[in-house]
Formats: sequence, C-alpha cells, structure tokens
Amino acid sequence: MRLKLEPRKASSRLALYAAPVAAIALTMLTGMVLFTFMGFRGATAVFEIFIQPLLQPERWPDIAVKASPLVMIATGLAIGFRANVWNIGAEGQYIVGAIAGTGVALATYDTEGWWVLPLMLLAGIVGGAAWAAIPALLRIRLRVSEILTSLMLTYVALQLLYYLVRGPWRDPEGYNFPQTRMFSEAQTVPNLLEGTQLHWGVLLTLVVVFIAWFVMSRTLSGYQVRVVGLAPMAARLGGFSENRTVVMTMLVSGALAGLAGMVECSATFGQLTPQFPVNYGFTAIIVAFLGRLHPVGVLIGGLALATSYIGADIAQTASSLPQAATGLIQAMMLFFLLGVDIFVANRVRLAPSLTQHAS
Amino acid sequence: MAAILDRRMLLAGAGASAALPYLGARALAADPLKVGFIYVGPVGDFGYTHAHDVARKKTQDFYGDKIKTNYVENVPEGPDAERVLRQLAQEGNALIFATSFGFMNATAKVAKTLPKVYFEHATGYMRGPNLATYNARFYEGRAVIGTIAGMMSKTGVGGYVASFPIPEVVMGINCFTLAARKVNPKFQTKVLWLSTWYDPAKEADAAKALADQGADIITQHTDSPAPLQVCEQKGLYGFGQASDMSSIAPKAHLTAIVDNWAPYYIGRVKAVMDNTWKTGDTWWGLKQDTVQIAPYNPAMPDNVKKAADDVKNAIIAGTLHPVTGPVSDNKGTQRLKDGEKATDEMLEKMDWYVEGVQS
Repeated sequence: MRLKLEPRKASSRLALYAAPVAAIALTMLTGMVLFTFMGFRGATAVFEIFIQPLLQPERWPDIAVKASPLVMIATGLAIGFRANVWNIGAEGQYIVGAIAGTGVALATYDTEGWWVLPLMLLAGIVGGAAWAAIPALLRIRLRVSEILTSLMLTYVALQLLYYLVRGPWRDPEGYNFPQTRMFSEAQTVPNLLEGTQLHWGVLLTLVVVFIAWFVMSRTLSGYQVRVVGLAPMAARLGGFSENRTVVMTMLVSGALAGLAGMVECSATFGQLTPQFPVNYGFTAIIVAFLGRLHPVGVLIGGLALATSYIGADIAQTASSLPQAATGLIQAMMLFFLLGVDIFVANRVRLAPSLTQHAS
Repeated sequence: MAAILDRRMLLAGAGASAALPYLGARALAADPLKVGFIYVGPVGDFGYTHAHDVARKKTQDFYGDKIKTNYVENVPEGPDAERVLRQLAQEGNALIFATSFGFMNATAKVAKTLPKVYFEHATGYMRGPNLATYNARFYEGRAVIGTIAGMMSKTGVGGYVASFPIPEVVMGINCFTLAARKVNPKFQTKVLWLSTWYDPAKEADAAKALADQGADIITQHTDSPAPLQVCEQKGLYGFGQASDMSSIAPKAHLTAIVDNWAPYYIGRVKAVMDNTWKTGDTWWGLKQDTVQIAPYNPAMPDNVKKAADDVKNAIIAGTLHPVTGPVSDNKGTQRLKDGEKATDEMLEKMDWYVEGVQS
C-alpha cells in the first residue's frame, strides 16, 4: 500500500480559511520544539514572538507601522497573483518609488506648500509603476517570464539607489555620508501619535485595502482579473485580453509598492539612505499568500508578520533568542502554508502499491 | 549589618502576609541597573559587533548582579533602530548604547523624547544633554597594519574591502596607505566598496576580485571574517577586523586591530550609578588601550614585528601622528605641508584619498 494524493473536486471554504491559521499554529509548535533543542526556553520565546506584542499596548503602534508597507505591497501583489502574474520584484518597485519621490523632495527643497507631499507620493506611484512596466512589456511583447525580469530589476534598483545617495544626491552638509538631506516638515508624512512612529501612511494603507477589496469583488475589472487567473481559456472566449490583464496588474502592484516605498521613506526614514531597503517587497509575498490573496486576508496576514517582527525583538532581549529566529519563523510560515494547502486541495488516499511496472 | 537586621525583622514581622515583606526586601536589595545595547550585525560576526558584545559581557561580569545588560542584534539602520531603542527604554534600560553610525538619527530622535534615559552613540557626531558619543581611533591601528602590509607585500598592491565612503572608513584607508608607502613608496591600495557592514558572501567575492587584481595582502573595513578565509585559501595575507580572527585563518591572519570597548562601557555605567553621567565626545585610541593590536603571526619576520611595534609605541608616546605631511591626495593636490599634522576636525571630515589609493 502507498499514499496517494488525489485532487479534491472542490476544496471547502472553511479549510481554505483555516489553512493560514493552521500554518501559524504549526510554526509556533515547531518553533517551540526547535528553540527548546537550541537551548532556549522554547515555549516562552514563541509566546514572546507571537503573543507578547499583542498584550502590550505600547507595541501596537509599532505593529501598525511595520504592517503598513507590508500590507500595501501585498495588496498589489495579491491582485497580480490572482491573475497568475508573478511580480517577484516588488522590492525593486518599492525602492524606485522612494527614489522618484525623493527626487521631487530634493527638487522642491526650501519650498513650502501643501502640494509638496502629495506630489512626492504621486511620484512614488509613478516610479513604482514605471519600474513594473518593464517586466510587463517584456512579457507581452517578448514572452519573457516576469518572475525573472522583475526579480533582476530589484538589483538594478538597488544599484541606482547606491549611485544616487553616494553621488548626485548626497547631502552636501553630511560629512560625505552616503545619504540625502533630511526631508523638511512639508515633505514628511505627518505623525499620528506623539512619542510613537505611528503616521498617516497607516491610514492610507487601510484606504488602499478598502479600494482593492471593492475593485476586486464589485467591479468588472476585478472579475476580469479573477477569470484570467482561474480560467484563461474561458477568459479568452469571453473577450478578456490576457495581455491587458498582465499590464494592468503589474502596473497596480508596482504603483502600490512604489507608494509604500515613498510613504516609508518620508514617514519613518525622513531621507533616502543605502539602508532604506529591508526586504519588505519580498516579505510581502508571504503576506499575500498568508492572506489568501484577499485584501482583508492580506491585512490580517500583514499584522501577523509585523507582530512576529516586533515579537522577535522582544524575544531577543527577554530570552536571548538570536535574531536569525525571525527569518526562520517567517520562512516556516510560508513553508507550512504551502504544505497545508496541498492537503486543502488534495485528499490523501491509500492506494495499492505498484509492484509491477507495465512496459 | 543594620540593613540585614532590618530586612530580617521585616521578614519575620510581616508573618501573615507573604507578598509585602518580599517587596520590602526587593526594594532594599535595589533592582539591578538595566543597560541596553543595539547592534548592527549579529553577535556571532567575529568582528565589530562581536567586539561590542565581548565588552558588554565584561561589563556585566565586572558589576555582577548590580547590573543587567541585554542586547538586540542585527538591527537595520533606520526606523527599526528607533523602534528598538524606544522598546529598550520602555523595558527599563537606564543607559543604552547604540553601537553603529547608522543609528545616529534614530538615537538623536529618541533621546529627545526620553530625556531621563542616557544614550551613547558610537562613531557619530550628534550630541544632546542625554546623548553622548564615543569612538575609537581605529586609524592608529591602520597605521600599524599598513606598515606590516608595506613590508610583507611582494606585489606592492594591497586590497581593501570597504563598506561606506564615510570619513571613518576613508581615514582608515588613508592611514593604511600612508604607512605602507612609508616602507614601500610604490605601494598601491585598491579599494572595493560594498555598501554594507556585514555580508560574508559579498565580502568574500570582493576579496577574490582584489586578489585577481594583483593584491597579495588584503584588509577590510567590513565586519565578517570572510575576506580572511579567502586569503587563507589563496595563500595570501590579511588582517582581522575589530576582533582577533586568528582562529579562523591561522596562516593568513598577520594581526588584527582589536576594539576594546570594555573600559569605556564600565566607566559609563559607573557614571550612571554615581549620578555623574555627563554628555560628551570620547575618542580613545592605542594609548588608552581602546584600540589594541592582536598578537603577531609567527610567520612575520622579526624586522617586520619590530617596525610594527615601533609605529605602535611611537603613536602611544605621542611622537608619531599617522597623518603627518607632506601628504598629497590622489589627484595631486597637496593637503598637508611638510611636518603638518592632521587635526581631529580634518580627520572627522575626510573625504579625499591619499596618493596611492585607487578607489
């Protein structure tokens, strides 16, 4: 006898939503065992990573600030993933969005006016979308896989950032340190709560999530994206253009990544530095899947990931857990989610073992 | 004696209530002073962060249960640093050491909002009533290893794996090259910039590239032992960074510039305990034992050891300044006249390279 995976005709809705929860539970359990074997207080450490930040109100703003860029990027990515458009280079679009917005900030230095910040954010959107347009065009014109091109363009964006902050955009009063001037008050996304990092960009993320939900579930465009992803043949017969969907979803995900980049750059960094990229664009991929590619799910997934970031820092001081545990926890979440999904989509059956091979 | 008696009486007298005397005893024993550290790399980097953590442990051992130190490692230089600093303060740390240059803006920002917590920032230039800075004269050590490199190199080409072109790093490159050219006037230093403090894979690649360009001795201003491992494999010489790395590359490791932060940390903790903490800027070097030279590799000939010791002792005695004219930059402009010594201010703003540097 052997085990055999058989596709389910229809996977249950409950199982679909239970899968991310199960994945997190499995991550916690494995983490406990793993950390205990590594010589730490495993259960305590896992509690500190996943639960402790939720119990301390002074950590809530931190979670929101951390979740904000993840959720905004993942919302865009989820739209593309639904249409089988695999934008892996959100990190690059995030960087170029910040670069474009910083360009506006440096050009409007010493300028006061309410329009400066909106213009910076608009530049972020355009920059991110433009960077995503390259892999989109390569795919529809030359059939090049957007997975490769969008990923590779991330490294181009990184070098562009290094070049700018070291060369033309370097702060003239910054002792040769590779970073731009600090943004002025008019160029900074305002703070929401004194004594914390909470800023208006967090609310902007909530607005984006709402709009994404509305468009995806209530409009023809959203329907088109879903159909192209689920049934390409039917979409073609129905007159939906696959190329249009590719371009549209790439531009949207790029635009949101770019906007997230500019908001983060202005609200929390206050300048462009070589340390600006911290892989939010890649972590957002986990968030998108954890959120089942649904805007509201992405919001919850983003909060879960952000909690694990904050919690891992708590576990460092409280349980002396090494920082590498953060990466481990995040990787496990995606791993278990993909694993659990196999069982959601398939059933395990016992089948007679194959003793003879027909030739 | 009186205190002990009081405590016993308290304990005995309370009788029925268990919690009350416990609290009383605790108050008499005084809670340990909490001291926090944030690190840019992992404590296991064998280099810069490792050296800070060694000093943290020495400080902890020195004071025993009078203090409690804790740390957060791998903190990205940006808004995450701000969040972690605030978290450490909220967890009750009265004195916090931010050990990397890129934490400067975050530390300055948090220090302003938390006037009762003492902050110490390494290698920066922003100070405040509760924010002091400290640094070590690493460049003095660079003069010692530059002397060794000039005498040991057969090709007359040294490789320099560098992080960011900030004054701190630039002055190191210059002192290394000046010292090497003093013993071999044709010596050239080839510099590769990595835009990171810690990335073993990138550091190893850079060391290989430098070796391919003819460098037979490699030094670094990045934090991992990866370049030394490349030297060990290729039969080249190298130097440890921030910590003695001889265990990792016993043949290649000629010596190391060792950062010894413990005296400073112990002193600053005492200042907080005695209520005498004051802001300021401390820049100690070989003389104060903050910068140390690790034991020499037995493979080094005696005349090289002697030349290195002579430079070290002359710097300690104050008879030699590593940057003494005549000094010209690599574009041919004279920067220091014959016998003129570089001031601290000049070093802190250094953004030019001496003759012989190929950057």
